[in-house]
Amino acid sequence: MPRISFIESIRQAQYEEMARDPKVFLMGEDLVANVFGTATGLIEEFGAERVRDTPLSENGFVGAAAGASMVGARPIVDLTITSFIYVAMDQVCSIIAKSKYIYGGQVKLPLVLRMCMFYGNSNAAQHSDRNYPMFMGMPGLKIIIPSNPYDMKGLLKTAIRDDDPVMSFEDGTLWSQKGEVPEGDDHFIPLGVADIKREGTDATVVAIAGGVPLALKAAEELGKEGYSIEVVDPRTLVPLDRETIINSVRKTGRVVVVDPAHQSCSAASEISAIIAEEAFESLRAPILRVTTPDTHLPFFPSGEKALLPSKDRIVSALKKILD
Amino acid sequence: MDNLTLEQYYEGYLRMLRIRKFETRAEENHSKGEIPGALHSSLGQEAAVVGACMALEDDDYMVGTHRSHGHPIGKNADMKPLMAELYARKTGICGGKGGSMHLADFSIGSLGETSIVGSGLPVAVGAALGSNMLGEGKVTLCFFGDGASNEGAFHEALNLAAIWNLPVVFLCENNGWAVTMPASKAVSVENIADRAAAYSMRSELVTDGQDFESVYMATNRAVDAARAGEGPTLVEVKTYRFAEHAANLGRMLVDRGEELEGWLKRDPVEILRIKITEMVGDEIRLKEIESRVDQEIEQALEFAKSSGSPDVADAFDDVYSEKVPDYYNIA
Repeated sequence: MPRISFIESIRQAQYEEMARDPKVFLMGEDLVANVFGTATGLIEEFGAERVRDTPLSENGFVGAAAGASMVGARPIVDLTITSFIYVAMDQVCSIIAKSKYIYGGQVKLPLVLRMCMFYGNSNAAQHSDRNYPMFMGMPGLKIIIPSNPYDMKGLLKTAIRDDDPVMSFEDGTLWSQKGEVPEGDDHFIPLGVADIKREGTDATVVAIAGGVPLALKAAEELGKEGYSIEVVDPRTLVPLDRETIINSVRKTGRVVVVDPAHQSCSAASEISAIIAEEAFESLRAPILRVTTPDTHLPFFPSGEKALLPSKDRIVSALKKILD
Repeated sequence: MDNLTLEQYYEGYLRMLRIRKFETRAEENHSKGEIPGALHSSLGQEAAVVGACMALEDDDYMVGTHRSHGHPIGKNADMKPLMAELYARKTGICGGKGGSMHLADFSIGSLGETSIVGSGLPVAVGAALGSNMLGEGKVTLCFFGDGASNEGAFHEALNLAAIWNLPVVFLCENNGWAVTMPASKAVSVENIADRAAAYSMRSELVTDGQDFESVYMATNRAVDAARAGEGPTLVEVKTYRFAEHAANLGRMLVDRGEELEGWLKRDPVEILRIKITEMVGDEIRLKEIESRVDQEIEQALEFAKSSGSPDVADAFDDVYSEKVPDYYNIA
């Protein structure tokens, strides 16, 4: 299998799905100039009609994607950075999440909203959000949050073919990561199926997005000290594969949840609550969360680095519950 | 440009009378407690709604607002599932999950009646874009009000439709009031149609929005232009909401006094009835239409009242939702 980058896996997923289905089209800001590198070659292949540069009108073009999807097109909206979704919240929450429901299933909205989580690189608070937990509280939106190129391509292709709106949160700290990814049309990962990235018996780390490689490094380190750590990657937050998480916790009895989002009402909070409700009797230690504390990410690099989840913070949380 | 035929006048009267009687009966039964929630009637705006809808082909698209009862009726939807929706019944057009603000019948080209003011405008742009890309050649009619013309979505949607030259007719039902805020205090221009100039967009101003023919003619010009590939038009129709913002708010929110009294004398249904009577010299067909509509309303009420309510389990349909733990004791 060829080794490609996270960004290239996004590009391939879009390319293959656009080549397969003429109803799929891409729109967003600065696409033709290919600022992020996820549109390389698309404009040449599919033209400006299907690789559509938009003005700075997030509420307008996200809403336009909703309307286009209602009449049978299948838009992919590249919002570039996650914070820009706030400008379009009315369309996301009142139209995209709710139309199928309030109209009693008369309409479907097959669209994908793609956003990069642009944190960890001194872009200051307004450009560094990891805001997927807000959307877990809004029924009607599916959420994919891949942690490597293989999952990214397979989940994005599935999302594009899904008949419900899907939000794709793409972790910028993983962009340059490379991994083996199948070429061609038949690489799909179903939504709602977690992946056990490393098997273990002493403790479970449920890790999200950029937290996954950190958790794997922590597991590696503790492995040298004789601990066997299991790392579970939910891969999608809606639907959430509760079963795989619960089964792992039942096996190990100890769990740390790693989530780059701010702690309060994070995905880690919800996963912790589910574990407490459904596997309380298996727990031999408190559930711990390794998240970003409830303050903004500052511009100054040492401050930003200290706040984000790290291998060391995961190791120290694990040691606390293993000892 | 097409002139209206006599048959179109009769058709306009039929649809306007349906709205009038549908909403009048709904308000009566709402006040008796038969219909839950708030009720936003478009009484007084029938000519604006029907005049615009009749300029469309049956398979053209339409996006509406929280004042949603008139739009589907204006586009010739069956009233039974609409009434059943007001009654929150399983047979309602939205299965009882939408209610008064969401009477959207997708089978007649509706793409939603949305209750967040201004939120339908970007959707209409997307429908027109999608229709163009799929080669369907359909026109999208987008209803909105004077209040929505102050939302940011209005600006973004009109600019997008203009730069992409999309077949959208933005139709402002300017009924003078956004809940309690008069347009005279909230809108920076005397005519909302003037805002089209900011987007290099064609506009139509219908100063007498109580006149069915005037609305039809202006909208028809806009629809023809859209279908000819000449892009969007902003149509402003000056009309008036006869009722309160919504029924059953407990008190009158604002006393519109003489202004309301003046507008009540310009009843669009009555104006069209007189016009047709003068044209044909008798009331035979009009009376046939009136008894037909009475019958349709009774049938719609009968259908609604005899339909069952949704089950609580239906609250989990038409959306991806996680399994509910057993201890919730739901359904």
